[in-house]
Amino acid sequence: MTSAASTPTRFGFANHLFCRECGATFDLGASHACADCFGPLEVGYELPSLTRSDIEAGPASIWRYASLLPVPRDVAGSRGTEPGWTRLARADLLARELGMSALWVKDERGNPTHSFKDRVVAVALAAAVEMGYKVLACPSTGNLANAVAAAAARAGIRSVVLIPADLEPQKIAATAVYGGTMVAVDGTYDDVNRLASELADEREDWAFVNVNVRPYYAEGSKTIGYEIAEQLGWRLPEQIVVPVASGAQLVKIDKAFRELIALGLVADTGYRVFGAQATGCSPVAAAFRAGHDVVQPVKPATIAKSLAIGNPADGPYVLDVVRRTGGAVADVSDAEVIGAVRLLAATEGIFGETAAGVTLGVLRRLLAEGRLDPRAETVIINSGDGLKTLDAVGQGGGPGNAPAAIRPTLAAFEAWESAHERKAVA
Amino acid sequence: MTSVAVRIPTILRTFTGGSAEVSAEPGTLREVIASLDAAYPGLGGRIVDDAGNLRRFVNVYVGDEDVRFAEGLETPVPAGSHVSVIPAVAGG
Repeated sequence: MTSAASTPTRFGFANHLFCRECGATFDLGASHACADCFGPLEVGYELPSLTRSDIEAGPASIWRYASLLPVPRDVAGSRGTEPGWTRLARADLLARELGMSALWVKDERGNPTHSFKDRVVAVALAAAVEMGYKVLACPSTGNLANAVAAAAARAGIRSVVLIPADLEPQKIAATAVYGGTMVAVDGTYDDVNRLASELADEREDWAFVNVNVRPYYAEGSKTIGYEIAEQLGWRLPEQIVVPVASGAQLVKIDKAFRELIALGLVADTGYRVFGAQATGCSPVAAAFRAGHDVVQPVKPATIAKSLAIGNPADGPYVLDVVRRTGGAVADVSDAEVIGAVRLLAATEGIFGETAAGVTLGVLRRLLAEGRLDPRAETVIINSGDGLKTLDAVGQGGGPGNAPAAIRPTLAAFEAWESAHERKAVA
Repeated sequence: MTSVAVRIPTILRTFTGGSAEVSAEPGTLREVIASLDAAYPGLGGRIVDDAGNLRRFVNVYVGDEDVRFAEGLETPVPAGSHVSVIPAVAGG
């Protein structure tokens, strides 16, 4: 904690790292775990005073919040993917279906590689460049691989992504196209993650965005929280439902809300944070139900592969946030996930990935159990694009399957209509 | 092969004089860590807390298996096996 408050460095107003477990502080640099207790390191700031108009005058990307991130002040001028400023879609038809008063969907499909991962990668890339790394790397369940490969291509540096071999084909193709190195690993995401942690210790000029650069990377998810508040007209929603994989997104949205309150940019109106998991990988929901503050790892088995992290690094902090704010963590079955993906698409024209089905599925579950208030303004996160998880809705004769063809005649159409459409309308 | 090989993460290499891999005596994981601590004083305390439990943010693998899926600190570590210690703050 050395630099003066008013003088931004190449890491902006960030001026130290600190351990979230024991509080030890360290200089900004390439470390991610506490040398004393192994706890995760977090970026600390001496934040400047900032007005709403300062932010509103910025670019239509996450860099409008550059002052609140560990990045150079001129970051918007470097070659990046310029993620963020995705739409906050008012979801009236979905709200009516659920019996809610006011519901919004933060639609992260609008990012350059169609998931929120572009945000975290952009921040990791900026920090990695400042620290002199030469290669951008990651272990990934797919969305992150897409984002890393694209950002590295645009920045003109090499990328190396490690993925579980059973990943969805769409995510593999959407990574390979950028021309980086992709290595399929025989194992679960947690196995891939372990390999990446060992590799990060051996390859000194490789920035594994979510391993050795993770303190910087994770800060990128704060921009989801900033945007929601700004897009609501500089106020906080009363309830928010966030998907939980590692848990970092949920924890950072909460951090963003608290920073906005501390900076005086929004009123402290109180909010409740809810976490969503798929039952086949629900270690945090299980710990929440059991009243534990540690998370017992599990072996994932769910179609929501982007959430299939059995040993979530931020699990304990998710529990802290939901308990502090009066929220909850809950889980839903794969069948409920598919139903929710279809409901979101049919009511709002938003085709989310399976993680969106998890989030909406948990919203329905919490409403049914009376743990979420249908009259309170609520935001849910759609973290990615259904086009990357097509197989999930293509199974079981659902609308993902191609319909049987008819001959190109009016008679054939009318015969088809009397067999299908009128039945559907009735 | 009468010993076990233990992979040391970067943040603990100050204890091992920079070595990325050291050898220890076989036994339970708890005994392996105790033998490491005898050879490299202080190292054990970084992996196991004062109450004798595995620290919350450390993952230890014996072979391919996360010991939290096995018997934790009582997991057997036979001669010839590989142990890996890594920070649990990665991923997502």
